Amino acid sequence: MAKEITTIMEKIKDKKLDSALIEDDNSSKNAARIEAKNIKVWYEDFMAIKGISMKIKPNTVTAFIGPSGCGKSTFLRLFNRMNDYIEGFKMEGKIKLEGSNIYGKKLHVEELRKEVGMVFQKPNPFPKSIFENVAYGLKIQGIKDKKFINDRVEKALRQADLWEEVKDDLKKSALALSGGQQQRLCIARTLAVEPAIILMDEPTSALDPISTAKIEDLIFELKEKYTIIIVTHNMQQASRISDYTAFFYLGELIEYDKTKTIFTNPAKKQTENYITGRFG
Amino acid sequence: MVINAEQQRALLNESGLKMLSLCISQLEKSKEAFRNHDDDLAEEVIITETRVNALDLKIENDCEKFLALYNPVASDLRFIMATLKINFDLERIADHAYGISRYVVDEDKQITPHLFEVLNFDKMYDTIESMFENIVVAYEENDVKSARKVFKKDKILDKINAKSFSIIEEEIKKDNSLISQTLVLFAVIKKFERVGDLIKNIAEEIIFYIDAEVIKHQRKK
Repeated sequence: MAKEITTIMEKIKDKKLDSALIEDDNSSKNAARIEAKNIKVWYEDFMAIKGISMKIKPNTVTAFIGPSGCGKSTFLRLFNRMNDYIEGFKMEGKIKLEGSNIYGKKLHVEELRKEVGMVFQKPNPFPKSIFENVAYGLKIQGIKDKKFINDRVEKALRQADLWEEVKDDLKKSALALSGGQQQRLCIARTLAVEPAIILMDEPTSALDPISTAKIEDLIFELKEKYTIIIVTHNMQQASRISDYTAFFYLGELIEYDKTKTIFTNPAKKQTENYITGRFG
Repeated sequence: MVINAEQQRALLNESGLKMLSLCISQLEKSKEAFRNHDDDLAEEVIITETRVNALDLKIENDCEKFLALYNPVASDLRFIMATLKINFDLERIADHAYGISRYVVDEDKQITPHLFEVLNFDKMYDTIESMFENIVVAYEENDVKSARKVFKKDKILDKINAKSFSIIEEEIKKDNSLISQTLVLFAVIKKFERVGDLIKNIAEEIIFYIDAEVIKHQRKK
């Protein structure tokens, strides 16, 4: 015990609060790494992203924070090409998923979205049964094997911590579930196709504290298998669940570091002012 | 109107400064009372102790409120942690001032001036006073350099304290009638040494708040 304490003290001794080592060797097979290089985005004449480069490590939770209109959601939606359909959208730069350019000509967007799932701010279940909601992604992929689909649905619902609550009502309409359950259902729907990356755009902003806590626990567990990027306006949520935090402001990436560093001793004054509520 | 985090911090900072100057004044008065065997001044310190305790509780309460209502992070969090610990240290310093004043009121004997001299009593207090000056500058102006100055000065206090035992032994050997006086003086020197440690703690907290650097429990190099 004394030896352990000495070792801990040795580690603390020479370091500032933010100097813990960054580890990047715990990636599981499923999770993927993302690399964005000099990304610029325009909506018509408005430049929404002004040359952002960043790397996201597999099996981590990365939180995007920043005031409304700072470009964090635009940047998030680039990873599964959700911005492609917005009128006037134009992009420069490269985004690589496990080394391949996701804006390359050979890439099919549908294939990309199998790898990069997304959960939105408001739960958006289809007006179908709970089972059909989760099986939807598999069915549109052309999978017909019933046993395979059943197993995947159960697995996804278990992963989303919803199985015990709905296992006897799988045929019930998804719209009859509570808001928190609907959001976990949407997460299960995303997980059913076994993506490598899960994008979450303010997934708990419409939920009560209990449902929020459940989703947060879930995110923590899911990072063992997936790479998760979450946009949130809730500073405490970002500090609780993420490993890395990126602070965006006016289309620029101001600071990107370990969450502990950002929330204890950020390098930039702008970050400090934002997270302490002095502007935003 | 809702008080924002910055305003709340400013209010807390003000209370912290009040506590700092109150505790400095308490120790100064207790030293004067002890040095001149001034019962009235000692009584004043004893009575003022209730004000220190009230301010201590107020600061603690305000810190709790700040933590609960503002969910502080980054420099706000360091500020609140430092304020809580500094407040605790200051309250302990005021307790020592109270203890010294109690000796003045409870012990009827005046200390022989010679003993103050041989034990370097005045130098000890002057060092404490100078450490307080550094702390006030560090606290008011967020000056890490000023905070760091107290570490060296604390060593002066440690040295005087370490030598005091053998000096007292010598003095008692020379004159047996000094036993009760020297024991009281020895106890006060011990208190001064503790005050030095507490001021050092305060300096560490100020540095932690400003630089996010943890320097306590570092081994001497």
